[in-house]
Amino acid sequence: MSFLNKVYQAVFRRTSTFALAVVTGAFFFERGFDQGAEALFRYVNRGKLYEDVKHQFGGAGEEEEE
Amino acid sequence: MAAIIGRTSRQALLVTKSGTFSPKANFVSFKGKNGKKWVVAMVGAATVGAVGVGAALATPVLAEGVELHPPKYPWSHNGLLSALDAASVRRGYQVYKQVCAACHSMEYLCYRNLVGSIMTEEEAKKDAEEVMVEDGPDEEGNMFKRPGKLSDKFPAPYANEEAARFANGGSLPPDLSYIVPARHGGEDYVFALLTGYCEAPGGIALRDGLYYNPYFPGGAIGMAPALYNEVIEYEDGTPATASQCAKDVCIFLRWASEPEHDIRKQMGLKAVMIFSFMLAISYYLKRHKWSVLKSRKIAFKK
Repeated sequence: MSFLNKVYQAVFRRTSTFALAVVTGAFFFERGFDQGAEALFRYVNRGKLYEDVKHQFGGAGEEEEE
Repeated sequence: MAAIIGRTSRQALLVTKSGTFSPKANFVSFKGKNGKKWVVAMVGAATVGAVGVGAALATPVLAEGVELHPPKYPWSHNGLLSALDAASVRRGYQVYKQVCAACHSMEYLCYRNLVGSIMTEEEAKKDAEEVMVEDGPDEEGNMFKRPGKLSDKFPAPYANEEAARFANGGSLPPDLSYIVPARHGGEDYVFALLTGYCEAPGGIALRDGLYYNPYFPGGAIGMAPALYNEVIEYEDGTPATASQCAKDVCIFLRWASEPEHDIRKQMGLKAVMIFSFMLAISYYLKRHKWSVLKSRKIAFKK
């Protein structure tokens, strides 16, 4: 009651602060969601992505072919 | 599972605190519609049956020839969320460059596509500079040759189709940019073809310059067996057996036809996550808004 009430009084009650809360919420949610999903993808595919195997191929590629 | 979720959410959302709810309040009924329901059920069953029969009939009857169909191999990128094996793609590029590129073009791939996917920018630039590209015209109107740049496409081994056919006894080495999605069986087919050369069985006469491959439709293929053990030397020290080379080049060709493969699967993961979240929210909201209507009692008085 008290905390939610405070949030309601401070943010959600007025349209201006509510809209601002939507915009900042969208920014942080999207950023967190993207990073979380990409971290999950990297975890599922660990060892297969280019970042993981870069070091196997030497620095700046010394010998490639004849 | 769905039943449990439905029951719990129903209990949570539709709890009536007063206890005055009774089934007798059901004045609005749907009596007399059982016949209609039966008809609807019959029409539904008939539709399902018709779709099933249609699907069964629409399945193409493939001519059972003498060619073998490739087995399904457990590719490391087969899963819904599985990325391509970047090390394998890079080895496959090496195989392509040193073996396949002698006859096969890859006209839809540029050197810039390699950057960040399988090699660094410097390595890709170095690779591009090794080929000479025709550019021009210069101030005097002449075409000239210059070292390749990142924006250049892979060099074609032959000037045109006629030259390619003339150099290969009438057979055209296909462009490999989209070869994996362009063939039935995809990587499985390409791998089986590359490793499946054998002696022609008795009774099959091959023209000069043709080879027998049971996976190739018709059996007689113009491409000589290209991959042997130790046909190249891998830069990361992987033993270059014939099957290793074939596997790597198949993964490379899959990557070449779909450079966006990893991003696509990552986007799919994001879409599934966000849409399941939104589906749950909209289901909750629907139940929330409808709970008033659903728990309302309608009584008609005379």
